[in-house]
Amino acid sequence: MNYCIALKTIVTKEIFRFIRIWPQTLLPPAITTALYFLIFGKLIGDRIGTISGASYMDYIVPGIILMSVISHSYANVVSSFYSSKFQHNIEELLVAPIPNWMILSGYVSGGIVRGLLVGVVVALISLLFTDINVNNIAITLTIAVLTAAVFALAGFINAILAESFDDISIIPNFVLTPLSYLGGVFYSVDMLPGVWQTVSMGNPILYMINAFRYGLIGVTDIDIQLSFLITGGFIVTLTLFSLYLLHKGIGIKN
Amino acid sequence: MNALSLRNLKKTYNNGFEALKGIDLEVEAGDFFALLGPNGAGKSTVIGIISSLVNASSGSVSIFGHDLSREQAKAKSCLGLVPQEVNFNQFDTVKNILLNQAGYYGTPRKLALQRTEYCLKQMDLWDRRDTVSRRLSGGMKRRVMIARALVHAPKLLILDEPTAGVDIEIRRSMWNMMQEVNQQGTTIILTTHYLEEAESLCRNIAIINHGRIVENSDMASLLARLHVEHFILDLARPITVAPVIEGCHIELITDKTLAVAIPKEHGLNKLFSQLTAQNIEVTSLKNKTNRLEQLFMDLIDSNPTGVQR
Repeated sequence: MNYCIALKTIVTKEIFRFIRIWPQTLLPPAITTALYFLIFGKLIGDRIGTISGASYMDYIVPGIILMSVISHSYANVVSSFYSSKFQHNIEELLVAPIPNWMILSGYVSGGIVRGLLVGVVVALISLLFTDINVNNIAITLTIAVLTAAVFALAGFINAILAESFDDISIIPNFVLTPLSYLGGVFYSVDMLPGVWQTVSMGNPILYMINAFRYGLIGVTDIDIQLSFLITGGFIVTLTLFSLYLLHKGIGIKN
Repeated sequence: MNALSLRNLKKTYNNGFEALKGIDLEVEAGDFFALLGPNGAGKSTVIGIISSLVNASSGSVSIFGHDLSREQAKAKSCLGLVPQEVNFNQFDTVKNILLNQAGYYGTPRKLALQRTEYCLKQMDLWDRRDTVSRRLSGGMKRRVMIARALVHAPKLLILDEPTAGVDIEIRRSMWNMMQEVNQQGTTIILTTHYLEEAESLCRNIAIINHGRIVENSDMASLLARLHVEHFILDLARPITVAPVIEGCHIELITDKTLAVAIPKEHGLNKLFSQLTAQNIEVTSLKNKTNRLEQLFMDLIDSNPTGVQR
């Protein structure tokens, strides 16, 4: 049994899936973020001035890029895996001699690739509005990949536990979007009153966005090492939980 | 060597329903085996456990000597499954469905392309290889599922009601395909509600009822147990009263049609002689029910609670 071929098959299938429907998967973030940059960055941002020495446009670019990475890595896995469950073609993988970790890796890889691809599209759109000189390419890419992995894993868990299409829209709408907006995309956490600063520290997305912002423009409210530690901790925890669900067959087996 | 070996297989669902109460079953390599039973008897649960879609509560499954829980990859590699319901990606092309399936079993690309072509040609689907699968007819979708199950050259093929809902012409052509696959050395386990299908194709049979195997023997021995056969006779001339023949039960269905229940030892020649003696001329004869169907009903009716025999 050649596991490399099996993994490659799942990853390729996942990538072709979202590329085949690119008007639904790659085009909308380009339009949405162009509007963000135009309205918040250009029209309103010019009146705000600078944050931590960066222009408002430069300040929000990293957050908007990472917010797109988060939502699309999550959306790719949750919709693809749940559709497979709904159409029962997940059975193809369950019957085949593929270990659970490989099923997880295949779907998560698909989510990471889409998240990063959307991130690149949004970054290219941002170049129409500002020039970004990358502060630290290694930190930028690493935190982008790790963040995409966290939310691809979260999407996988959501898809496994979901029993209807409603269940796969609840988390993105009522948890992911508010956490992303409150994760310091458009403001510095230092701008918040004391108690809200403390509350914000409980939002994991804040750490990821700040690490990414540091990598891109050299500005952060949070210790970078702590950001990596928290992101890594989420990856380990979510991976173990996903493997537990697959092992028990929860949501996919009787 | 056994293609499949089930030992004391039990399954109780979360709602407390005891679907399997201890199944022991062996299927020899190369066999064409029928697994029959009424709806809700436990057939799908057995197949679900063998194909890793259902977790067993206890017991063991061994496929070509590989224990499914200890040597999962080796056991699964031997197995091909054709499920009851269409379960491939309906937005994918026929060719991609097979290529992906081959990939899941670690088949190198070049070999996967060759196997895909071979299986699609065998199922008479090669011309449809680039068709998006949701555009196929019901019969074609069934054949895609068989081709998909065969693409990694499994040693054991499980067909879960493969001909349900397809017309008689397609069903007959699928029978030929299944026989061809079996003759090439693949062990086949078939579940079906068409007992004529099981009788025509299978050499050995197990009947499951209420989560237990109530019959497990070869088809010839099972059919030999049939003591009474039922026939429909068409008559040359109308009659008004059913003839009385000792040892036979005869009913008048229409004025030119008789239903006859005749003990095997009585013999048809004797029956025809007795009818001729009463000036009744028979023009044609057919089986009232499929022979296996009759036995199946007898076994199910005589085991309403699934007591093991």
